[in-house]
Amino acid sequence: MKQSIQYLINIFSIIILYILLFFLIQTGILSSYYSGILILIGINIILATSLNLATGFLGQLALGHAGFMAIGAYASAIFTMHFNVSSTIGFIVSLLLGGIISGIFGIIIGIPALRLKGDYLAIITLGFGEIIRIIITNLELTGGAKGLTGITRLTNFHITFWITVVVVTLLYTFVHSRHGRAVLAIRENEIAAEAVGVPTTYYKIFAFALAAFFAGVGGGLYAHHIRTLMPTTFRFIYSVEILVIVVLGGMGSFTGSILAAIVLTILPEALRDLADYRMLIYSIALILMMIFRPEGFLGTRELSLSKLFLNHKVKKEGGKTQ
Amino acid sequence: MSLLEVKDLGIAFGGLRAVGNFHINIEPNDLIGLIGPNGAGKTTIFNLLTGVYLPTEGEIILTNENIVGKAPYQIVQKGIARTFQNIRLFKELSVIDNVKIAFHHKMNYPILSGIFRFPSYWKEEKQIDKKARQLLDLFQMEHLANTTAKNLPYGQQRKLEIARALATDPKLLLLDEPAAGMNPQETKELMETIHFIRHQFNIAILLIEHDMNLVMGICEKIVVVDYGMIIAAGTPDEIKTNPKVIGAYLGE
Repeated sequence: MKQSIQYLINIFSIIILYILLFFLIQTGILSSYYSGILILIGINIILATSLNLATGFLGQLALGHAGFMAIGAYASAIFTMHFNVSSTIGFIVSLLLGGIISGIFGIIIGIPALRLKGDYLAIITLGFGEIIRIIITNLELTGGAKGLTGITRLTNFHITFWITVVVVTLLYTFVHSRHGRAVLAIRENEIAAEAVGVPTTYYKIFAFALAAFFAGVGGGLYAHHIRTLMPTTFRFIYSVEILVIVVLGGMGSFTGSILAAIVLTILPEALRDLADYRMLIYSIALILMMIFRPEGFLGTRELSLSKLFLNHKVKKEGGKTQ
Repeated sequence: MSLLEVKDLGIAFGGLRAVGNFHINIEPNDLIGLIGPNGAGKTTIFNLLTGVYLPTEGEIILTNENIVGKAPYQIVQKGIARTFQNIRLFKELSVIDNVKIAFHHKMNYPILSGIFRFPSYWKEEKQIDKKARQLLDLFQMEHLANTTAKNLPYGQQRKLEIARALATDPKLLLLDEPAAGMNPQETKELMETIHFIRHQFNIAILLIEHDMNLVMGICEKIVVVDYGMIIAAGTPDEIKTNPKVIGAYLGE
């Protein structure tokens, strides 16, 4: 019973948010500049929540997320260009394709890389991310160093919004299943997880590949939004930027990643007027955050709309009886 | 038929032979103590039995099947569960989640069913929630189900680790120094818990312990190791008077 109320509240809030944003864009109150930022927020949410699965929930520090995003971006862009895709369904197929190819690379890279832990894993994933980028730079298929241009603009606010909702929902339900519990157990204590019957290698690679899959989907959205792909976009600094969102939001909190993705996408834009000082302010904000709240916005907790509403209701009712 | 039959088990780390010629027969519902001075190789024996280390020689036969070379998680599924000398709980997770994770291999719903929350997800999750609560109830910990594991008092953490091991439905439970760091009162309660587990779950228990009151008090059979070799085996009374054992503990 309680579960279905929670579902209703969440679905209802998402629809309200969608209608609100839809209305603001439709009436021109939010210009195309702002709807562009909304799309970037959606893409960053997808990237951050998927990285959070690998880093926050599985507990493996991975620095190659931009590499997986690049695979998805190029794969889906080449697909839509080759087949002249212009429909939404074709676009979604291309996103899935990008995700699947990226996921396959996640498995190929995960099998050797996940034998290592901590800083060693960070370095090896960083290395793989760079290898992917350099291969892309040298392939003819991907346009080489000149980049891939003339990608059709297929990403819009509506599709980004709903794909973001679906990705976050799937990640959330995954983590709250028996398989997600196995992933959490690996983060908490790998030896103990193995000792209670969890096949740790399998789940490490699965979670890593799932994160790569969603990064690929995010990359596909990005490609059809920006419409020009340059290998230099996917340098390791981009992986670090996604990691910063995850750490700031809280490792092990999807809602934290969402909040941080919103803040960290808007902040650099909002500070644009300050020109030279904006990166300085951005950096100082991060440093202060790490000093005063090292666990991030939410730590490992999740923000729950239904709890917010239900608690409020309980308080109100309590007030009435008094 | 023995539950567990270990023959000529040994492991060498480079030139160091940590365990050699280890042999033991465990019958269903046995309660056996494994003792020996520090560094004798007791925990290494546990690590060999649970697949953490691959033995360089010997056989481990669990109900007619040689389990040497199997991964730790596979050995758990075959029926050997363990606890650790230094507690290894899933610290940041709730007490009930600690137990639920141990039910993992008893559950069947596939990943897609978990992601899309098909009926099998709801059915199995409900069953497992009930089973986990029942198990915690047996240990008088049901009221702590939603507490974060790291916030439990030390004795309760030990108890939770045992409950978690039992959730895997073992035939043989290995306890690595369960009384380490406990005060006499807690040790007494632990002895009662071990008795209770053995009869309630009808399983065999092999335990490593330095607390002689506990070992002599509850074990029917004791195996003593020193420098990786068995130096004595027998009933508590035989062990107490064995000159080799006294020599190993007190020096000649």
